[in-house]
Amino acid sequence: MYRYIWLVPLLPLAGAAINGIFGRWFRFSEKLIGGIAVGTVALSFLISLTAVYSYGFGGEARWPNPYVTTQTAFNWIPAGAVKQTLGEGDTSRAIAVNGQPASSVTGPASLLNIQWSCQLDPLSSIFMLIVTGVGLCIFVFATGYMHGETGFYRFFAYMGLFMFSMLVLVMGSNFVMMFVGWEGVGLCSYLLIGYYFNKQEAANASRKAFITNRVGDFGFMLAIFGVIATFGSAQYTNVVSQAAGYPVETLGHWGLMSWIALGLMIGACGKSAQFPLHVWLPDAMAGPTPVSALIHAATMVTAGLYMLTRTNVIFQHSQTMMLVVALVGAFTAIFAATIGITQNDIKKVLAYSTVSQLGFMFLACGVGAFVIGIFHVMTHAFFKALMFLGSGSVIHGMHHEQDMRKMGGLKKYMPITYMTFLGGWLAICGIIPFSGFWSKDEILWNAASTTHIPLGWLVWLIGTIAATCTAFYMTRLVAMTFWGEERFRKHEHGMEHEGHAQKKEHATSHHDAHVPHESPKSMWVPLVVLAILATIGGFVGISTAFTGGKEVGWKMNIVNWLDPIIWNKETGQFGKAEEGKFPPNATPLLGNEGPFGANTSTAEREQLLSQARPTNGEAKAHTGFNLAHAVESKVGSETATEWVFIIISLLVAGAGIGLGLLFYVKSPQLADVWAARLKPLYEASYNKYWIDEFFGWAITRRTMDLARGVFAFDSKVVDGGVNGSAWLTRLTSKITGGADKYLVDGLVNAIADFVVRLMSPIVRAAQTGLTQNYALVMVIGLLIAVAIYFVKSL
Amino acid sequence: MFTNNILSIITWLPVVGAILILGAFKKDQNALIKKFATAWLALDFVISLWLFGYDRRTGGMQFLEDHQWISAIGARYQMGADGVSVLLIILTTFLGVLAALSSWKYIQKREKEDYVLLLLLQTMVLGVFSSMDLFLFYLFFEVSLVPMYFLIVIWGGENRLYAAIKFFLYTLVGSVVMLLGVLKMYFLTQDLAITTKVSQATIGLLAGNDNALRMVNSTVQAATQSGTGSFNIVYMQAIGSVIPMGTLQVLLFFAFALGFAIKVPMWPFHTWLPDAHVEAPTAGSVILAGILLKLGTYGFYRFNLPMFPKASMDEVFFGKFGVRSIMIFLAIISIIYGALAAMYFVVKKDGDVKKLVAYSSVSSMGIVMLGLFALNPNGLNGAVMQMINHGIYSGALFLLVGIIYERRHTRKVSEFGGLSHVMPGYAAVFLAMAMTAIGLPLLAVFISEFLAMRGAFEANPVWAGWAGLGIILNAGYMLWLYQRMFFGEIENEKNKSLLDLSGREWVYMMPLVIMSLWIGIYPGPFLRYIEKPVNAAVRAIRPNYPIPGQPPPATTSAPTITTTSAPVQIKTQP
Amino acid sequence: MFQEASRTSTALESIKHPDLSKFLVIAAILFIIGVAGVLTRRNLLVIFMSIELILNAANLNFIAFSRYLQDTGRGDVMSGQIFTVFIIVVAAAEAAIGLGIVIALYRNRETIWVDEIDLMKW
Repeated sequence: MYRYIWLVPLLPLAGAAINGIFGRWFRFSEKLIGGIAVGTVALSFLISLTAVYSYGFGGEARWPNPYVTTQTAFNWIPAGAVKQTLGEGDTSRAIAVNGQPASSVTGPASLLNIQWSCQLDPLSSIFMLIVTGVGLCIFVFATGYMHGETGFYRFFAYMGLFMFSMLVLVMGSNFVMMFVGWEGVGLCSYLLIGYYFNKQEAANASRKAFITNRVGDFGFMLAIFGVIATFGSAQYTNVVSQAAGYPVETLGHWGLMSWIALGLMIGACGKSAQFPLHVWLPDAMAGPTPVSALIHAATMVTAGLYMLTRTNVIFQHSQTMMLVVALVGAFTAIFAATIGITQNDIKKVLAYSTVSQLGFMFLACGVGAFVIGIFHVMTHAFFKALMFLGSGSVIHGMHHEQDMRKMGGLKKYMPITYMTFLGGWLAICGIIPFSGFWSKDEILWNAASTTHIPLGWLVWLIGTIAATCTAFYMTRLVAMTFWGEERFRKHEHGMEHEGHAQKKEHATSHHDAHVPHESPKSMWVPLVVLAILATIGGFVGISTAFTGGKEVGWKMNIVNWLDPIIWNKETGQFGKAEEGKFPPNATPLLGNEGPFGANTSTAEREQLLSQARPTNGEAKAHTGFNLAHAVESKVGSETATEWVFIIISLLVAGAGIGLGLLFYVKSPQLADVWAARLKPLYEASYNKYWIDEFFGWAITRRTMDLARGVFAFDSKVVDGGVNGSAWLTRLTSKITGGADKYLVDGLVNAIADFVVRLMSPIVRAAQTGLTQNYALVMVIGLLIAVAIYFVKSL
Repeated sequence: MFTNNILSIITWLPVVGAILILGAFKKDQNALIKKFATAWLALDFVISLWLFGYDRRTGGMQFLEDHQWISAIGARYQMGADGVSVLLIILTTFLGVLAALSSWKYIQKREKEDYVLLLLLQTMVLGVFSSMDLFLFYLFFEVSLVPMYFLIVIWGGENRLYAAIKFFLYTLVGSVVMLLGVLKMYFLTQDLAITTKVSQATIGLLAGNDNALRMVNSTVQAATQSGTGSFNIVYMQAIGSVIPMGTLQVLLFFAFALGFAIKVPMWPFHTWLPDAHVEAPTAGSVILAGILLKLGTYGFYRFNLPMFPKASMDEVFFGKFGVRSIMIFLAIISIIYGALAAMYFVVKKDGDVKKLVAYSSVSSMGIVMLGLFALNPNGLNGAVMQMINHGIYSGALFLLVGIIYERRHTRKVSEFGGLSHVMPGYAAVFLAMAMTAIGLPLLAVFISEFLAMRGAFEANPVWAGWAGLGIILNAGYMLWLYQRMFFGEIENEKNKSLLDLSGREWVYMMPLVIMSLWIGIYPGPFLRYIEKPVNAAVRAIRPNYPIPGQPPPATTSAPTITTTSAPVQIKTQP
Repeated sequence: MFQEASRTSTALESIKHPDLSKFLVIAAILFIIGVAGVLTRRNLLVIFMSIELILNAANLNFIAFSRYLQDTGRGDVMSGQIFTVFIIVVAAAEAAIGLGIVIALYRNRETIWVDEIDLMKW
């Protein structure tokens, strides 16, 4: 089945093309447009599902062979010869990736051919399922939510294009394809945020999103160049296996791997909205809510995590960058969480919550728990998509009101939305057994017990505080929206929100219905599906503490599933490489020849591996105070330690929820009291720490000034120089012209004048104008001629 | 007959068309003249597709023609094209058709002359790309100014006289300096101290295949017999490559470089471009941006790099700064500076869209120069592809600006806004082209920018970093422009009744969109046309550059291509 | 040619075949008179008549030489005669045009005195 995975991205593209090109011309009905869009996505979800099944579990399962690449590749960019100027250009140290031959690249120069091919591996399979699965839910939801829009066809064309780009991003087999998807989702995000293009704020937000992402892409592109210059290829299979052979750059050593990782990190920061490139995500909420759910919560923003995990071998080779990733993640987590506390727009709260959760995922990657980061991506996709769709349902029910201060008591009117939203709320707060608990708890545990970086305890502390904040503001959100008094009656409906102008029938048909209403079936069914996933989805990564220290479930456990692509710093191998862990039938795909082909005996292979294994003993170097070890030394076993941290994280979640209930349910006046008491802090948080203003002033304004300056320089100095030289030429020509006129010509004229004055009386006298005189002269001349003739002949 | 003279046929066909128009049509037969001129250019385009038969395996100069011309100075009528020329020739004929189509409504006066001049311009530019004789090249290069000058001066905007004269004089200054270089090179071809150093292997590498090598040798032989020098480009390249590094090499480099740099245009020689663009009619802008600018970069590719490899590689001649450093420096300045200057026209309230596109061209051509002076296969591939892509997207943007100008008779950004409501088709095409311009993957420019910047990265990572900065800025002003023109509500009453693209406009916009997608999605065929020539150029500059699949040239002087180094077959021409 | 003529002359012959020189002398006289007339007379009509004299002098010469060539048996005898006829025709035409000009001139300036017609000075 995995032979057909190339269809997975193409199907949504085909749907998008049909809707985009013909939707307008043929005035397709909404049912047809929605049917095409949902149908194509559903089909690609099914293909993904079967492909992943046959990859992991079917009769000819390839797992844990990490890389299955489609045979339908074509040579996309035959870029020509490349000199490997960076790195050692030495592939002999490349190691095998679970039985796959190390590398086919030769020498310090190679022919760079960027392939267009899809690949199926543990990581991309998870992302494929998330993107198509959650995407399908959101597509279905959107057919209800966008009902009655004039741009219905346009919306689904963009959405289909987005699905295509996102799937290319996660399924591409090389960095350049990832970049294609990377920019493609940026474009679709631009188009979809600016979907209500008649609104100025939407247009501004879309541009901001694109340009901020471009800054990230800049880093990513340079990193790709670095990768190609180092490894002579952009294909993951080549890069990853070669990168594993490089020595680890310990803290304080800044080398090639760190540079590449830095570039990748800049790219990831842009796409995944990490500080300081997070500014675009909250503004992006100007787009329709399904867009926020799909792009700005579940899929696109997690592309950074995908990249980090995909290149984990490079990141793990730079301890410095690991620390940077962890600290950036931790800071973003707490930073966004504190902003989320004070926002009043329901989508803004969710947006900052997304930024904060993405921070958690980065934190996980930074402390070396890439798998857990991806696990959190998955659970977050479930519960955050659920909450966004829930908020969309609320907004829909409230006739496009987004301000939570004008809501309240909605549980009576929208029971299904309310019930499903509760699932999401408990999940994000981290209450056992909801999905968010498992991933968040694992993240914090890994932060506390990390051996990859120092300062693990600090990261853990920040993460724990951020988790408390998360629980608090999410409780606040639920309380303000669904509980308490019904404030919406007091207010006029702010109909200006979200594309009122484009609503044809919808606004008018429901205009008089002031009471909120439950959403139609097409909207609540996806909510229910996602709620189920958000509730039980976490069990695929159940903590070892609950299973007696063992990772249960074999392939069904996400930790085991992803393991083959994670480089193990201790062993220098991919995967945990425990004896007998992987089935022996992990046969190489690319034939039997070569050092890692099937023909090579185990002993030979082992010998090669031991040669290839880097001697980076010092990479294990002490990473300072380790919280988990400290606790372990007190409580004894590792499992017990884990339990300690589980209890702590449950406690802080409970504390956050308790505080939220206290402030917004039990005694609502407390919130205002404390806001007044902590006014500077409240102001700072409410105004998002003035980051937007600062960037606007420091970057946007300055760039504009620079543009003005450059143009002034251009027209005054550069062009001034050109015109100046023209002026100089004219001046010179005037001078020489003057000299010519008065000096040279004057002299000539003077002489001529003199001659004329002298000679003219004589000449004038001859000019009688009488024909006879002239004839006389002629005759005289004739006579003279004859005379001369005769004289000469004499 | 057809295959042997294909380049001449393509080159001179437009002139025949011009003569036919002058002779066969009356002044008032405008409708007929338009159709005839467009059809004639289309015919030329169709014939030029024949060049896709260029043998990619063999590479080198093909479609050779060689005739006696001015025997007193050894100038011959020699035509030949390598893969790069082939692509540029086809681009030229392609854009020619579109330019003619776009003039149908835009040009309202003296229509007959307009089409005659367009046809003449085509011939001149095609001649530049297909000449294999420097004298012939220079002739076409210079004469191409004249039709363009008249296009601007007759059909231009308000300030057309200033712009046209600036354009004419500026480029003339450059080419006069270049003429000095040409003359010096000519005399060097007679200088025994130099000519004896030229090996057959060098000529063979530069000529690329046996036929071309034979032609070069016979040319040289004929020149020696008649005691003149030779203007053969390949031979001159070989001559230049044996001139020792020093003042002469550097001076010659800069003599050629100035002429081409003005044409490109590189900072700080670019100021004629915005003026010329703003004043030129749409068709003029399309040809100017799409093709005339390529004359400069093509010149660098054809002359400066292979002819002066030592200077091109040099990084130490002026102390810490070398010739290459200067060129790279200017290229990077062009990229960032052009982008910033373009941004000014959206920052400014009533900026001119055409000026914005013109400055973005400066930025784009900076990428070409960066790629060229990266001096590796990736960089050169990227540069050549960027020439093609820039022709496509800047041509398209100028056409789009022309379309809105025909409707509104203004190009000020502040006059527009919310156009998406009334002109959705136009908005979609504009978006596609704006996205092409900022290098979105799967659209044409990405391929070239990626390759050019990767080449630059190989040469020096910092260069790629600076170029990347320019690319961020590109996105900034393009999106901002798009937002100001198409997003928001329609505030200007005049915009409410605008018509969307007409059938004719779709006809000339769609090919560009399709080309952009094609090159973006499947650039392989195009890259394979230039693979051999580019590799040869890199080898000519850096003999030791490792190219997998090709053995490194022997360091000893033993020529590797010896098939024709034995007594040369002299094809004597009377 | 003078010597040649005198060498073959006898009394009878000189009547039968008159001496060339006599014709030439008369023609010369006519020519001189014509030229003098053209140069000295102020009336345009008289000048015209003088021009006729000049032309006729030329005619006479042509005839004389024609006859002379016939006598000596050398050359083409008829061309002289033909020339003469041509000249007479041309002279007639010229006279017609000339008189036309004179009339036009008179209508314009009310004079045919040439010393009052000095337009060529300007």
